[in-house]
Amino acid sequence: MDTFCDQCGSLVELGDHARCALRRGLEPPRFCAHCARRMVVQVTPTGWTARCSRHGERCG
Amino acid sequence: MADSRTVTILDMARSQVLESGHGLTQDQVLDVLALPDDELDPLLELAHEVRMRWCGPEVEVEGIISLKTGGCPEDCHFCAQSGLFDSPVRSAWLDIPMLVEAAKQTAKTGATEFCIVAAVRGPNARLMAQVAAGIAAIRDEVDINIACSLGMLTPAQVDELAAMGVHRYNHNLETARSYFPQVVTTHTWEERWETLRLVRDAGMEVCCGGIVGMGETPAQRAEFAAQLAELGPDEVPLNFFNPRPGTPFGDLETLPVADALRIVAAFRLALPRTILRFAGGREITLGDLGARQGLLGGVNAVIVGNYLTTLGRPAEADIDLLGELHMPIKALNATL
Repeated sequence: MDTFCDQCGSLVELGDHARCALRRGLEPPRFCAHCARRMVVQVTPTGWTARCSRHGERCG
Repeated sequence: MADSRTVTILDMARSQVLESGHGLTQDQVLDVLALPDDELDPLLELAHEVRMRWCGPEVEVEGIISLKTGGCPEDCHFCAQSGLFDSPVRSAWLDIPMLVEAAKQTAKTGATEFCIVAAVRGPNARLMAQVAAGIAAIRDEVDINIACSLGMLTPAQVDELAAMGVHRYNHNLETARSYFPQVVTTHTWEERWETLRLVRDAGMEVCCGGIVGMGETPAQRAEFAAQLAELGPDEVPLNFFNPRPGTPFGDLETLPVADALRIVAAFRLALPRTILRFAGGREITLGDLGARQGLLGGVNAVIVGNYLTTLGRPAEADIDLLGELHMPIKALNATL
């Protein structure tokens, strides 16, 4: 279970994340779901990587 | 029901653009942009006819990659990569192996164009060296045309890029000259125009478009189309505004679908022979149907896959659509 929203960086359990959910289909994650740090994101024509300095890399 | 004015502008466009190949004037583009929704279908059909007559059925397919992301010193109000705004996009540099891999991924989709982009005011020596090394590495492994978009250039940098074999340079004017100061304050529209002039003089193809839906008026859209026609670029990438969190334009709405499609058709009628490329924001503005409507409404080029910092439709979806529409992908090194 993610603690933080990977789109806006706020706590998942706080507030309305409907807009974040809509955005997610066309956006890579921007914030680490574990610590809310802004991640270094690299988008390529067919994928993306998102790296948190503390929690490592995600890709899609 | 179409009124006499509606019939007149479409009839004039048919005669002037379709039959004679002369693009619409600024005032005529404004008339097209004022067409009612019930005239949208005939407008798109005419724009498609114009594209087929003056450009042919081929579609130029391109992939793009961000070599240097974020941290830009400029204040383009639509852009998540400005270092002046509280955007979630962090700075990043792509290394050469990943750049080559991205070029390979792009070529595998069937694309013949690969554009290397950097979020900068203009390239410094480090970036120019990285671009040179990247282009050399791509050429060793991938057969694809290479374009660049590195901001404003000096004459020496233009010559360097031409010598590297960059066949096309992208530098968007972004919007009408009269609206530009509302969008960017750290440099001028005229500075961008100067880079485009240098690129043209150096013999590289000119790629210049912009973003529609940033709060400009229909008259300013017509003005922008006329200014692009005056420039005469080889390619016009048409981006649809996609609000970026943290930017000054982050709370603007996207364009209504009908307005976006009218703009596509109007730009085709203003630029009958230009490569008109569907670029960023089309998914969020037009939805999945947008690709089909655009390709049947004047567009003859697409960016496939993802964009610089956002995601796009899967490349296969667009390639499959081109097959369904019997629109062949432009062959490598062919000229539309």
